[in-house]
Amino acid sequence: MKSMIYKKKSPLIVFLVPAFLFIFVFLYYPFFQNIINTFLSIGGLGRAAEGVNTPWYENYARLFTDPYMRTAMKNTAILIVCTVIFQVGIALILALLVDNVKHGQQFFRTVYFFPIVISATALGLMFNLIFLYKGGMINQLLLKLGLLNYEVKTNGKMIVEWLDWKDKAHFMPTMFMPVMWQYVGFYFVIIVTGINNIPSDLYEAAALDGADGWKKTRYITLPLLRNVLRTCLVLAITGALKVFDLPWVMFGAGMPENQGWLTGTYMYDQTFNRMNVDYGSTIAVFIVVLGIILSNAANRLIKPLEDF
Amino acid sequence: MATNNKKTSISTGIIYAVLIFWALTTIYPFIWVILNSFRKKGLILSDSFSLPLGDAFTMDNYITAWQRSDFKNAYLNSFLISGTVTVIVIILAGLAAYGLTRYQFRGRGLLYSLIMGGMMFPVFATIIPVFRMEVIMGIAGRGNRWLSMLAVILPQIAGNLCFSIIVLMGFIQSVPIELEESAYLDGCNVFQIYFHIIIPAAKSSFATVAIFTFLWSYNDLFTQSFFLRYPQEKAITGLLNEISSQAGVNYGLMASSVVLVVIPVLLVYIALQKHIIKGLTAGAIKG
Repeated sequence: MKSMIYKKKSPLIVFLVPAFLFIFVFLYYPFFQNIINTFLSIGGLGRAAEGVNTPWYENYARLFTDPYMRTAMKNTAILIVCTVIFQVGIALILALLVDNVKHGQQFFRTVYFFPIVISATALGLMFNLIFLYKGGMINQLLLKLGLLNYEVKTNGKMIVEWLDWKDKAHFMPTMFMPVMWQYVGFYFVIIVTGINNIPSDLYEAAALDGADGWKKTRYITLPLLRNVLRTCLVLAITGALKVFDLPWVMFGAGMPENQGWLTGTYMYDQTFNRMNVDYGSTIAVFIVVLGIILSNAANRLIKPLEDF
Repeated sequence: MATNNKKTSISTGIIYAVLIFWALTTIYPFIWVILNSFRKKGLILSDSFSLPLGDAFTMDNYITAWQRSDFKNAYLNSFLISGTVTVIVIILAGLAAYGLTRYQFRGRGLLYSLIMGGMMFPVFATIIPVFRMEVIMGIAGRGNRWLSMLAVILPQIAGNLCFSIIVLMGFIQSVPIELEESAYLDGCNVFQIYFHIIIPAAKSSFATVAIFTFLWSYNDLFTQSFFLRYPQEKAITGLLNEISSQAGVNYGLMASSVVLVVIPVLLVYIALQKHIIKGLTAGAIKG
């Protein structure tokens, strides 16, 4: 029957051609053009290439000698580790806890998910106000709690020593916390769905065997969440590699003192501020390749659960 | 038994405390910004936690924001861009998802992998060639407001299509085929089946896809800052970015601008939150 309705293939042209036209012209063609660009010398955004680089792999060689690129790689690596541990970790804990309460599940989902729908520009501005040097929300709170030091001037006046959240000693948590905070709700919703998909008869059987509370979590929920957590891991890794707008709004070009680069922000700066279009394209290709390698590695590391 | 009950109620209390704590971290920063957007400029730095009542209350931040920047125009641009993107994405993604789910044909697997692959491309790996292409087409960089908006709309459609097709395919698969069979016996062709059976049956997933596409397009600073460079072209997220670089130490202005940008999103989210989370979890994250 089904085959009869859908045996005539000609309507497929109407169904598929428009969407795939967009996908080819505005995703695949530019993506491959971008790979070609990495071997050319391009001096400006709208400009044509001035020829092939000498040697042709110049940009790729530069990736490994550029000290700022090394900083960006280091910071991004730390960000990836933090996202996996804290973003997915916090989401997992919250999801397990929500599963144990009777009231307000819908409320917690709605609230936790909310930061994701807000633009990173607005969030970045908000966090700039929160982490502001003189009189930002956090510093005011610390002052109220009496946790800030005072500097006593010679005339006897006391001056607050505000904490600079964006200096070399503090910039990393200041940059990473908002990024992680924003997406905890995303992984939370994925994991909660995973928990809800676990058949309830498994829990009933476990209850008959005398398992409850923590034991149920340890021996049923966590093992059965393996596939979901695997998905989360891959999403967290590729997401962290692409992070751009929130750090860009909060820190701009590599602040403080070129210590704050991420692969995403460094790529943007090279392309759009320094007009090294071909080098910027190379970084973009590098990010995609790294994403594929790392997510494959993560997939191999955690074997999927076949029978669920 | 009594001690056991006591123990559970204590642990339930701790669980709620942790859950509410995280809820506060997501809500309170927004409340703090809203409160401070109504506070007199100088007071934000000294006393930002109290309610802005009496002398501390002011509407000046909003008046300044509205007068200094062209919010009205930026809202209009944003709604035109994101509205168009949403409508076209829904139409094209719906058709493609239907074709890919119901028809068996050679190359189907390949097309599916192309869609999955398309979701992995970061915008900044495609934007430069897209820009060059649109300059050659005569769309981008002309300084014409409508053409510049078109220049944003085209890549945004492509960028949202892959995710939308994947979500919609998940839903269309779960529509029972019997409905289509009986419509076919009644003499409907596939297009009538699509419009009269599939769309009504998968309505909520179309809503999910529409909401996400709209929000992503509205919030997308990257594409906007690329193609919308002249003042009359600015859309809302680009405008906010501009304000943040010009506001200097006027923190009240920053707070009120953040609120002005977030409010439409907040309204959409509250009105449609059921669709957003339910649709996302049912479609996108299968297996």
